[in-house]
Amino acid sequence: MTPLLAVEDLTIHFDTEDGVVHAVDGAALAIGPGEVVGLVGESGSGKSVTALAILRLLRPPARVTSGRIRFDGRDLLALSEEEMRAVRGARISMVFQSPRTSLNPVLPVGRQIERLLVRHRGARPAEARAQAVAMLREAGLAEPERRARQYAHQLSGGMCQRVMVAMALATNPRLLIADEPTTGLDVSIAAQILDLLRDLGRRTGAAILLITHDLGVVARLCDRVVVMHAGQTVEWAPVRGLFHAPAHPYTRALIRSIPRVDRAVAMEPIAGVVPSLLAPPPGCRFASRCDLVRTQCAAGAPVRTVEAEHRVACVAVAGV
Amino acid sequence: MHFPLRSWLPGRAPRVVHALDGVTLHVDAAETLGLVGESGCGKSTLARCVLRLIEPTAGRVRFEDTDLTALGEEEMRRRRRDLQMVFQDPTASLNPRLSVAATVEEPLALHTELTTEARRARVDEVLDEVGLGAGLRDRYPHQLSGGQRQRVNIARAIATRPRLVVLDEPTSALDVSLRARVILLLRELKRRIGMTYLFISHDLSTVRYLCDRVAVMYLGVVVEEAPAGELFDHPAHPYTRALLSCIPIPDPDAVPERLTLTGEVPSPVDVPSGCRLRGRCPLAQPVCAEPVPVRLVAPGHTVACHLA
Repeated sequence: MTPLLAVEDLTIHFDTEDGVVHAVDGAALAIGPGEVVGLVGESGSGKSVTALAILRLLRPPARVTSGRIRFDGRDLLALSEEEMRAVRGARISMVFQSPRTSLNPVLPVGRQIERLLVRHRGARPAEARAQAVAMLREAGLAEPERRARQYAHQLSGGMCQRVMVAMALATNPRLLIADEPTTGLDVSIAAQILDLLRDLGRRTGAAILLITHDLGVVARLCDRVVVMHAGQTVEWAPVRGLFHAPAHPYTRALIRSIPRVDRAVAMEPIAGVVPSLLAPPPGCRFASRCDLVRTQCAAGAPVRTVEAEHRVACVAVAGV
Repeated sequence: MHFPLRSWLPGRAPRVVHALDGVTLHVDAAETLGLVGESGCGKSTLARCVLRLIEPTAGRVRFEDTDLTALGEEEMRRRRRDLQMVFQDPTASLNPRLSVAATVEEPLALHTELTTEARRARVDEVLDEVGLGAGLRDRYPHQLSGGQRQRVNIARAIATRPRLVVLDEPTSALDVSLRARVILLLRELKRRIGMTYLFISHDLSTVRYLCDRVAVMYLGVVVEEAPAGELFDHPAHPYTRALLSCIPIPDPDAVPERLTLTGEVPSPVDVPSGCRLRGRCPLAQPVCAEPVPVRLVAPGHTVACHLA
């Protein structure tokens, strides 16, 4: 299967007063058409920066120093700004963490969807209006005609996120990037938004790249998972493989560090701290926190296949 | 606890936010009571009433042998050394101009007769207890990580050796690995110095890990109360069951019970009569409009539901 999106060897640096922050170091990930892929890791692991790089939304001091981002047969990094604008919104869209601040506060929410339809799909104003209402209805908003005329501040956080999802899917994109779409929402509202994302993704055939630190969300929604630590992608696995046979020491530590609601289990924080990305250690950046560390770790972590579609970047894990 | 809303139309009856309605709870010494529920259920309002940061409209807060609600301002201030609080936002709750040592020393200077030297020694002792090295004592909040800042908040809260610490979402602003460490620290302090906590959270996984008993709140009332294991293994109230079924379990093969509530939480200005959940509850019956009985369904396990 040709992937819809393939990110290879992506490296991103931030030029700061203190020096160069090596935010992303050779990250790789691929998403097939219609797939739901989770991108997980702690804060500062480079998840969101990677997403912004895919949309080419990074601005100085951040810069992509190397890598390829192929989407639908095209190299996004080689597109002109104008070509990229046509991709953004129409082919790839994004849902952010804080729905209220991502919406335009001075424009009714329905109008924001209409604008998108007019700009990217060439819809006429009257039909755009009808479509916007239909999309709000599909996103599960009660009284969509009334809601379409309201402003972001008149809606609850959950309603704002429904509007964001409606807006993101309005142009029928092939890829939806959702960056922590349920963080900050109450659990029952978060569950509704996750169900909505999954249902609408299935119905429209859009692939979803779901960025989250919540392994529960990953288990509920994703087909495959990519794990990031300190700017490096360390494991790629089908969702069952990740939870039943996590291969990378970081993934295992991450799973052990979360308390469980479904049963009483021991919980163990991950040892050490994320290394400074100003002067990251050579090779595997998890080495200083890892109990399986050996001298070869400083030379880099070869990617090994542990099972079909399950790969890990670690010298201490035996491949097949 | 009722909050009147000012009406801008003259002659209209003022409307009232029913933030808490007839909540009865107790926390035993050396126990951790978890208080869970979604935004707006009244859990933080309850915490603030306990500490008298706001004055309840009616009802009493008894602490050991004292009725806190009957104390004068000066008496209450003296009593505060026994009642401390840790807030959700570790950064906003620290004074950016105070060093770590000065922050932790402040309650000691306010509430104890300790000499400057004794205070210094206590500060070092407390920082050690929360796992902050002496090397950090002269740092300022902006020089600390989020996890370290929350440790400073915890150190300040336990410095006066309070009898009760109210923790209002102490881990929700923290990253996964930091969250695990703060939870373990709280549990360690509970074991070592017999700390009593009122732990407020919407994170039910953390509550299961840390709490002895749990009370579930919805729209200003307690709907269920039980020992932690009992509550998570045998939830009886539809709201508790719905809440538990919403939490994504980190296991792709888990088949959670799906009890789905419809709609959103009604406004606390117009609370439904009888059971407050009935408009959203898939199990609701006509009887649910009647006043709700509180039933004992297992030892220490009470449920406010007609159908339980």
